Amino acid sequence: MNPLELTLVRIGFLAVLWLFVIAAVGVVRTDMFGPVSQRRRRSAGRQATLPRQSRPRAKPVRSARSAPQQLLVTAGALAGTSLGLTDEQITIGRADDATLVLSDDYASTRHARLFPQDGQWLVEDLGSTNGTYLDRQKVTQPTPVPIGVPIRIGKTVLELRR
Amino acid sequence: MSFTASSEQPVPLPHGRRGAELLMLAFALAVVLFAYSAVGLGLTGKLPGLPVDFLVFAAVMLAAHLAVRRFAPYADPLLLPLAVLLNGLGLVMIYRLVQSGRGGNPGYQVTGLPPTAATTQLLYSGVGVVAMVAVLVLISEPRVLQRYTYTLGALGLVLLALPAMLPASHSVVNGAKVWIIFGGFSVEPGEFARLALAVFFAGYLVAKRDALALAGSRVAGIDLPRARDLGPVLAAWAASLLILIFETDIGTSALFFGMFVAMLYIATQRTSWLLIGVTLFLGGSYLTALMFHHVMERFTVWLHPFMGSNPTGIAYQPVQALEGMAFGGLFGTGLGAGQPYHTPLVQSDFIFAAFGEELGLVGVMALLLVFGLLVQRGLRAALAAKDPFSKLLVGGLSFVLALQVFVIVGGVTGLIPLTGITTPFLSQGGSSLVASWILIGVLIRVSNTARKPAPQPIQDEGMTQVVRAA
Repeated sequence: MNPLELTLVRIGFLAVLWLFVIAAVGVVRTDMFGPVSQRRRRSAGRQATLPRQSRPRAKPVRSARSAPQQLLVTAGALAGTSLGLTDEQITIGRADDATLVLSDDYASTRHARLFPQDGQWLVEDLGSTNGTYLDRQKVTQPTPVPIGVPIRIGKTVLELRR
Repeated sequence: MSFTASSEQPVPLPHGRRGAELLMLAFALAVVLFAYSAVGLGLTGKLPGLPVDFLVFAAVMLAAHLAVRRFAPYADPLLLPLAVLLNGLGLVMIYRLVQSGRGGNPGYQVTGLPPTAATTQLLYSGVGVVAMVAVLVLISEPRVLQRYTYTLGALGLVLLALPAMLPASHSVVNGAKVWIIFGGFSVEPGEFARLALAVFFAGYLVAKRDALALAGSRVAGIDLPRARDLGPVLAAWAASLLILIFETDIGTSALFFGMFVAMLYIATQRTSWLLIGVTLFLGGSYLTALMFHHVMERFTVWLHPFMGSNPTGIAYQPVQALEGMAFGGLFGTGLGAGQPYHTPLVQSDFIFAAFGEELGLVGVMALLLVFGLLVQRGLRAALAAKDPFSKLLVGGLSFVLALQVFVIVGGVTGLIPLTGITTPFLSQGGSSLVASWILIGVLIRVSNTARKPAPQPIQDEGMTQVVRAA
């Protein structure tokens, strides 16, 4: 075994070790975004059916002081749970893919959603059976949600908190 | 309570993925075989034959894969292969250390690594895999563990305290009073106590987190908990200090306390617990350093390893490790071509230095990434888990795995004061290896439950069920 061959083995082993790491990262990637073929199809389909997504989204105007930072569940089975608010909408319902999954018999599968627009959060009822209430008012159209005002969905009460 | 981070559409999760697991497992075994061959080439210059030990190792791990396929078909596909790679590389390194240097140079081995060390470690790998499969078989749902919250809590405390109670002849190895020794057979109960206490903390915090998270006052932008809610964290702190004092084991106490604080933080999402925890730990460490000579010595070794007579005296071991890693440089000396056997106890606490010497910075970075991926998959399982108990348990266990790697690798490389704990999967030692495999078993079980597709709804979608027959 001459030194050159030993060097090749040495570097080769490091290369294989790194290949393993890269392959592992590849598995993680597939796990998160689905297989490559499926990913392409999905993104193509999205552009065709949802042109809204390709429009440049207006940056949400947010001042650090007045904007709500989290959604807090104040009553119901999930009381005490809080969700950090991002720029993404929050779907609420009994569906497994909802952002906030309720185990509330009086909630619908896809009950309501909260979404940010022009620096404030709006609540919209998604055609639920038992309705969504902002304070005492039934929500019939997307309505801005002030901080600290209770949103009632079935037996669950939610609030935006700073 | 499932907070999916996905943006617009839910990603169709490729369920199962046992094929990917088998492929990665084969890859891991190939890397291990390559490492074994490289050791043979480096030591003797000849390619060694296919060893029986490797075949046994491969067979055991394939059996583990089949068990996962049978008992946890939706589990994360990476957990097993990553653990197999680390365990295999640890075995190869121990085998390599048994051979010492070229031409049979015995080197400096303070404990005298027995010639059968690699085979013994292989045996423990097998025991570990059996323990992992037992976890998968016995715990069909993670919430089953929740029933044993207090039983396991008590068990954990007993295991933790046992070495302190036993006479030194039955509990001290190399100055650390953390063992139970009976008739030539030794167990480090702290490794298992950590798992039992993680279950206890998770069960306890699920029950108590509302009080810990919501009550309290706000001072200078930090939510302070009520004084009476501080009780448990103070109790955990006191217990970890007692371990430190009576078992002279800084590492275990740091892991134990770190795990508790991290789980408290996960449960309550309150930064104040982190601040309180870190303050308590730093204060406690400072006080014990002032009170106890051997703790102070660790700080001296950390801050001044090369000062005066330290390199040949109290800092001999870390200095040998540092010189070995410096000798390895960027690409290492190659497996079997370095001299890691100059460091005392290199097969256990300092095995990372041996990897640093023979694989270089490039190699240990890859190893750290493998640990990082393992932790990431664990945290991912915690995020995907639906019940808060599993979330907390797996979040805490993943964190403590990361903390363990940080504490020992940081100690070996001189980033933080050195504490004698094992490197998960790599170090020689049965207790640590078996405990690590049990941890993998819990991660696999929780990730299986979290990734299992939801049963098809029988009812029409969109309909609201108002009345449920009691």
